[in-house]
Amino acid sequence: MVLVFAEATNGKFKKAAHEVVTYGAKTAAALGSDCVALTLGNVEDAGDLGRFGATKVYNVSAPELAGFDSGVFTAAIAGAAQQLGAKVIVLSHNSTGKNLTGRLAARLDAGSAPGVKAVPVVDGGKFTVRKAVFSGKAFADVEILTDTKVVSLVGNSIPVEESGSAVGVESLTVELPAPKVKVLSTKRAEGTTPLPEAELVVSGGRGLKGPENWGVINDLADALGATTACSRPVADSDWRPHHEHVGQTGVAIHPNLYIAAGISGAIQHLAGVNSSKTIVVINKDPEAPFFKAADYGVVGDLFEVLPRLTEAVKKFKSA
Amino acid sequence: MKMLVCVSKTPETTTKIQLTADKTDLDKGGVQYIMNPYDEWYALVRALELKEAGGGSVTILNVGPADNDSVIRKGLAIGADDAIRVNSEGGGSLYIAKQIAAQAEGYDIVFFGKETIDYNGSEVGAMVAELLGVAYVGEASHLEMNGNVATITRDIEGGVEVVEVSTPLAISAAKGMAEQRIPNMRGIMMAKRKPLNVVEPVDAPSTTEVASYELPPAKSAVKLIDPENMDELVRLLHEEAKVI
Ligand SMILES: Cc1cc2nc3c(=O)[nH]c(=O)nc-3n(C[C@H](O)[C@H](O)[C@H](O)COP(=O)(O)OP(=O)(O)OC[C@H]3O[C@@H](n4cnc5c(N)ncnc54)[C@H](O)[C@@H]3O)c2cc1C
Ligand SMILES: Nc1ncnc2c1ncn2[C@@H]1O[C@H](COP(=O)(O)O)[C@@H](O)[C@H]1O
Repeated sequence: MVLVFAEATNGKFKKAAHEVVTYGAKTAAALGSDCVALTLGNVEDAGDLGRFGATKVYNVSAPELAGFDSGVFTAAIAGAAQQLGAKVIVLSHNSTGKNLTGRLAARLDAGSAPGVKAVPVVDGGKFTVRKAVFSGKAFADVEILTDTKVVSLVGNSIPVEESGSAVGVESLTVELPAPKVKVLSTKRAEGTTPLPEAELVVSGGRGLKGPENWGVINDLADALGATTACSRPVADSDWRPHHEHVGQTGVAIHPNLYIAAGISGAIQHLAGVNSSKTIVVINKDPEAPFFKAADYGVVGDLFEVLPRLTEAVKKFKSA
Repeated sequence: MKMLVCVSKTPETTTKIQLTADKTDLDKGGVQYIMNPYDEWYALVRALELKEAGGGSVTILNVGPADNDSVIRKGLAIGADDAIRVNSEGGGSLYIAKQIAAQAEGYDIVFFGKETIDYNGSEVGAMVAELLGVAYVGEASHLEMNGNVATITRDIEGGVEVVEVSTPLAISAAKGMAEQRIPNMRGIMMAKRKPLNVVEPVDAPSTTEVASYELPPAKSAVKLIDPENMDELVRLLHEEAKVI
């Protein structure tokens, strides 16, 4: 059995939860088994996960799960996996998942593949998954050798697919330890999609010259409904908040569209953005290295090109 | 406070990745190695700052072969007191975590980097925390200590969470924790005399194996668009790339 941990934020599922359930259902199909989903805490409409291929949804609710403590969540997921006899556990490779994948693997003495990008290949007794390594500069096909396996899926790497309809939800009781971590506050930017989950990203570099010029980036992002990002020197100079910094030492992103303006395309920047499906580069220097990694390029002054592009997007959207 | 900083060795960030002919390994010819940036810039430096402010000790731990001693010495030159190397060629994340856990008893804080920039696992720290039965806070961008209570800011999707936790604990460090320190001449000289203890690994099986590597397909040549004609770019993004 494949057990998928479907995370809810404030009681609601985001796209990442639909992606992992889709992934779990495809993994189960490859193994000739079933996919069930696990939700923790109060979740609205948990049975809806059936639409993405879960044959059943289980829920563990307990006061210990109110704030995020990786030890408690690990005990809940591992406990459920053991009760249900699940052999493959699937999570999202997001901040929650990164706190859990390793703990779960250690607790279950299981092999793990964190950050996979494709459905496992099951061949005879072999179970092999593809993950990005060297910050997206290569892929590794990792064979998991243990009976129990833990994998975490990178966001936006497989399309969400509907293959069923809503299913029943059953409560499970799992023994949980007392939390060691006390959550004091949780702050999330309202309205915009966080960078690791974003499908559309507009990013600015040192070519913007200063924080006061960010209007041209924000206007295009607003017109597209995109999330904004930046290069490292921009965040280091406090022109933009550090959570917008993408690249080798910042956030690694996987959007469908990455538009980079005034960014030269240093190898450490590319490392965090090269798994974008489509890359558009706007730079006044035709020799900028970023053009080699781009699908579409515009050689020109970003202060003229970006407003023109924003207008063109608005025209397209209203057509 | 007794602190342990786990460091790994990774290819330098500008490395062009090339594979051996049978694709089972990285072609190591000409590759320069460094200390994993998250381990060096953020984890190690924050541990040193806490020691400078409140006393205690900072020990570096690496699981790896004798080649790694140069990276360990760099950590000593930056300011760690001593180091342990578990003499091993490695055997996957859980193997490494078990080696670390075998050395990590008795420390108040065990520091990790948010991820290694070669394997990009983000999992060894969490594994060690589970093996030791201690709290784990991943992707931490701030850490303040007040006695044995840590206040930690951790990065979450699109925001931050502030948590409080008592030692012993394990933490993985992300950008924001500290600023990179460059070792000075005195540090480099002193590092030569600091203890680097080599210990043998404990028994643990490999749980994963990389069957092969592959390079991403080469990008086809960039399509240049007339800067006056952004309608054309929008049309291509819609009709050809199908991303808007
Ligand atoms: C270990 C290490 C890790 C690193 N990690 C990262 C990382 O995670 N992310 C990251 O981004 N960097 C990282 N870097 C830094 C990286 O090497 C580059 O220095 C950085 O990406 C450059 O940022 P930039 O492209 O914004 O600036 P620049 O390199 O200065 O490029 C600015 C670009 O803007 C163009 N330009 C200027 N004016 C205009 C205009 N009016 N219109 C159009 N174009 C214009 C210029 O032609 C130029 O190409 C790292 C470096 C090291 C050593
Ligand atoms: N061989 C190793 N020796 C010591 N620490 C390691 C080793 N490999 C990984 N680590 C630590 O674990 C962190 C996360 O590694 P990973 O899970 O591979 O991304 C690194 O940033 C290091 O702090």
